[in-house]
Amino acid sequence: MDILNRFYNNEIRALSRIISYVENRSDGYRDLLAKLYKSVGKSLRIGITGPPGAGKSTLVNCLITEFLKLDKKVGVIAVDPTSPFTGGALLGDRVRINEFSGDNNVYFRSMATRGASGGLTTATNNVTVIYDAFGFDITLIETVGVGQVELDIIDNCDIVVVTIVPESGDAVQTMKAGLMEIANIFCVNKADRPGSGRIISELRQTMEHRKKDDDDWRIPVIPTEAVSAKNIDKLIAKILAYVDFVKTNGMFEIHRRKQIQKQIMNVLLYRFQRDFLESLRGNLQLENIINDIYNGKTNPYSVGDQLYNQFSKAD
Amino acid sequence: MTEQKIRVLLAKPGLDGHDRGIKVIAAAFRDAGMEVIYTGLRQTPDMIVNAAIQEDVDAVGVSILSGAHMTLFPAILDMMKEKGADDIILFGGGIIPDDDKEKLEKLGVAKVFTPGAPTEEAIEFIRKAVKAKNEKDKLV
Ligand SMILES: Nc1nc2c(ncn2[C@@H]2O[C@H](COP(=O)(O)OP(=O)(O)OP(=O)(O)O)[C@@H](O)[C@H]2O)c(=O)[nH]1
Ligand SMILES: [Mg+2]
Repeated sequence: MDILNRFYNNEIRALSRIISYVENRSDGYRDLLAKLYKSVGKSLRIGITGPPGAGKSTLVNCLITEFLKLDKKVGVIAVDPTSPFTGGALLGDRVRINEFSGDNNVYFRSMATRGASGGLTTATNNVTVIYDAFGFDITLIETVGVGQVELDIIDNCDIVVVTIVPESGDAVQTMKAGLMEIANIFCVNKADRPGSGRIISELRQTMEHRKKDDDDWRIPVIPTEAVSAKNIDKLIAKILAYVDFVKTNGMFEIHRRKQIQKQIMNVLLYRFQRDFLESLRGNLQLENIINDIYNGKTNPYSVGDQLYNQFSKAD
Repeated sequence: MTEQKIRVLLAKPGLDGHDRGIKVIAAAFRDAGMEVIYTGLRQTPDMIVNAAIQEDVDAVGVSILSGAHMTLFPAILDMMKEKGADDIILFGGGIIPDDDKEKLEKLGVAKVFTPGAPTEEAIEFIRKAVKAKNEKDKLV
């Protein structure tokens, strides 16, 4: 049977193959995605980000349990970095996930960032589309909040939960790390650890000051203990309250429209980049060019002009 | 111009709690450019095969030190067949006598590594086996 039929027949193997197919950018992946777009629009996408070891996967595990109780089908994407040196990756988030196997309502996929610029946003986005088409009500996306990775999360989520721990330091450090701007909900995990009270009240104060007007969403700061599933009910309640809030004031739709605009740009940029590099293959004498630039005979800008003109004349 | 990577799932079935060996292997595979999904200790065959299917891995590697290899390996193979995932390469390592090693490889375990085998050997093996598997896939 055709893989799409198997996919729509709820066959897990078909779902997994399609994700790989798209992730690998195998021939025809765009047509496949284009077809899946016909059945999307229902899944709620929740991002969980924060520093390494904050307890994100343990929280994801708790959220899965809660959403299952609410009769939801849950798909998880756990993103970990690819080593820029070897191209390999160690994907260890599954370790924290309980046994839901045999439960067809949970699906968990680990992804490596793989490196292509703008690639993660696109690949993660592709998987959210695949999940949505497969019928997952909830998509949970875990990413480590370092570097640019957490920025990808806002392009693919309806809501972002930022997880920090007492060890993360004070509010200023969180602000520096760029995590403040993207949070819709703050979760101070490992609340059983010393120092949690201080960081919670500090964050609450900071959030109060950041509120611009009365109609703004008040970013809540929720202490949790993911290892013992403590306060997860509060977290879920806030997540749902946020979704209600933005659906009522229209921000939900505005946000999604902005994301679509970005996706169009990403799809185009990816293709241009790919076609351009493809067109250079074979006739790009990179070694010679590097030599000439190194020896001061030319420069990257003149070379760029020349290559670009070649490309635009080619068709 | 595809961007394919070798994906390997590493798991530790059974009750023994030593995971240092498998973590060393995980790091070596990553350094060899693979995407390694580590699932942790005390995994049942059911859990391992489900994870392998969800992660769409090319190969599954398990480490068994408890002596239960003659039950665990066949259980994983059976589960793979049952779920239509027996194209996934199964390999393993641990304290496994030569006799058993032979039996297991006849049953369908692609390769059993004995303790002390260099990680390069395993890396080489996986690369070759995955390449052969992908060529077969193309024909279908
Ligand atoms: N004390 C305490 N430990 C916790 C809590 N939640 C998680 N942990 C522990 O923190 C460690 C890291 O948890 P993970 O869930 O793997 O953290 P993570 O943020 O997903 O880690 P990375 O994905 O590697 O960045 C584990 O040993 C957890 O058991 C908590 O509420 N309290
Ligand atoms: Mg994690």
